[in-house]
Amino acid sequence: MTCDVRLLTQAFDPASAQADFAAAHPAAGGIVSFLGQVRCGDGVAALELRHYGPLTLPGMEELAEQARRRWVLDGLLVVHRSGTMAPGDPIVLVAAAARHRRDAFAGAEFVMDHLKSDSWFWKRELAGGVWRWIEPRHEDFDDIARWN
Amino acid sequence: MPARLVFLGRLEDLAGAPELTVAAGPLAQVLAALDRELAIALLVDRVRLALNGEVLAERGGIVLADGDELAFLPPVSGG
Repeated sequence: MTCDVRLLTQAFDPASAQADFAAAHPAAGGIVSFLGQVRCGDGVAALELRHYGPLTLPGMEELAEQARRRWVLDGLLVVHRSGTMAPGDPIVLVAAAARHRRDAFAGAEFVMDHLKSDSWFWKRELAGGVWRWIEPRHEDFDDIARWN
Repeated sequence: MPARLVFLGRLEDLAGAPELTVAAGPLAQVLAALDRELAIALLVDRVRLALNGEVLAERGGIVLADGDELAFLPPVSGG
């Protein structure tokens, strides 16, 4: 079992990251992946994610470790951007490889739900020439409450 | 060597800078020397604190020493 957790300040290619991950886990019967990207529309010209060096990556690594303990996974890939992104840019890629698909689905979803609402990122959007900080959404807290 | 305050998210806008250098001492004393609006925003319960990279369970009795880094972490909105 390997956990590959990355915090990137530059654009990344999710397709090649996924291909490399699949190639690294030939014994896995299934790989579930989720790609989050900057939504087009709503007048949003850019999205910026900020992180805090001493906490953000260590927190992501701890989250991956929790998923590893909870499900039977062959591998877990977590890639998260920080910095300024344009509509269509990838933000986050989570992939879980497992012998059985249910572990892969659950592991990937658990990591994604916690990245959204329980990781050290702050987000703001540029729309109409004005930057606006995004507040946490109640739905995000509901999403993690169901894992307790 | 003084201590540093680090502001994340919207607190950076309020502070006008990502970091601020302050004289070491009790946190209450450090905050009292700041802009009043900023100090109030930093004291809100849902703003969490991390001292030298460790998230604090509570904020009572904090005394900043020379070289300390105290981060103010508003509610996260990631992913």
